[in-house]
Amino acid sequence: MNAATVFGLLATALVGVGLYGFIVNPQPLRKILAFNVIGSGVFLLFGAIARRGAALGLSGDPVPQALLITGIVVAFSATALAVTVLLRLFDETGSTTLSSGPAPSASDPDPAKARE
Amino acid sequence: MIEVFHLVPALLIGALAVYTTVARDTFAATVGFIAYGLMLTVAWVQLHGVDVALTESAIGGGLTGLLLVRASAKLRATEAAARAERPRASTRLAAAILAAAVSAGLAIAVLSLPDPAPTLAPEVLANIGPTGVGNPITAVLMAFRATDTLLEAIVLLLALVGVWSLAPDRVWGGRPGPRYNADPDGILAFIARVLPPIGIIVGIYIFWVGADDPGGKFQGATIVAAMWLLVLMAGLTDAPPISRRLLRAGLVAGPVAFIAIGFAGVATAGAFLAYPDGWSKPLILVVEFALMPSLALTLGLIMAGAPERAEAASPREAAP
Repeated sequence: MNAATVFGLLATALVGVGLYGFIVNPQPLRKILAFNVIGSGVFLLFGAIARRGAALGLSGDPVPQALLITGIVVAFSATALAVTVLLRLFDETGSTTLSSGPAPSASDPDPAKARE
Repeated sequence: MIEVFHLVPALLIGALAVYTTVARDTFAATVGFIAYGLMLTVAWVQLHGVDVALTESAIGGGLTGLLLVRASAKLRATEAAARAERPRASTRLAAAILAAAVSAGLAIAVLSLPDPAPTLAPEVLANIGPTGVGNPITAVLMAFRATDTLLEAIVLLLALVGVWSLAPDRVWGGRPGPRYNADPDGILAFIARVLPPIGIIVGIYIFWVGADDPGGKFQGATIVAAMWLLVLMAGLTDAPPISRRLLRAGLVAGPVAFIAIGFAGVATAGAFLAYPDGWSKPLILVVEFALMPSLALTLGLIMAGAPERAEAASPREAAP
């Protein structure tokens, strides 16, 4: 197995782990983090494909590599905006819950109900 | 034997990704994410994408990690309530099945990629001569697909506008972030005095060698922005109020120069962002020199966050 296959398969695992975390973690910040894990998996997959395109003495296809640099910067921009929205939400409401019901408080005996 | 150098980082990266997903404490998860970003850099080097490795370690791991760590520290009070919202076991099982299915589908795609792989490398090498740059990735970023780079710079600017517009009305035009107060004789203040001269030179070097070797303006600008953030966090200086005209001019100078050269291309070379014959290298340099300070400023201000304090001139208005 060469590097492109090893890291290509790793990338598919990262997308899966990130997707699981994105669905399961209730905190918005953890969702942003998980989304970044998905994103890095997608980037790595694209990078493995770029590596397979090595030709004529170049160690990889430079076009996808250049697009990856653009992609990483754009992902950072989106993350920064998402984190700032989240912090403002916390400043305004004192909570960051995404559930549609009233925010479950620490004294809530049945937090599952609040989720309905 | 060489596979050890692929498999060990791959396993570490996978383990760190799982850790950031399952860690109970969000702060621990975000710290894990920084380690994850740094390990990914090793993967990028193994894939011979050194330019991407630099970007990943500077922006993907460094800046994004710092954003998440800071946010997790601020949101610590919401941890307990969020734990109560944890979905049921059935939901988790369904999510795990879905995630595994997506991974399996992608893995099948990876294993059945066409051989020989399609590549644009010959086209890039055939046309790199007239651009005058030696690094094929820089040639793609600045000549063949310059539109992407222009839009990328504008996306960063839009993100900053978005971050600023989240400020409450009463502090609009004020200074971003808190005023940091570190011990002036402490280690942070010491590092913030010693490191920036070195960091700025490293940043400019990485920017300059980008024409022929791995590096470039985004990676260099990130390092310069990081040095500014270090000085800010050590309390040695304060972030400028966002209403300052000079600051705003600095933010848009790079993209404006890029767009101006793009339109000049319509008149001189027949297409937007085209460079006339023999003028590619000087024009690329002008664009890069104009973009680099704007990018450093934009990245630094995005990291500094939304305005939180009204300008010092009117402290009474800021009081509730």
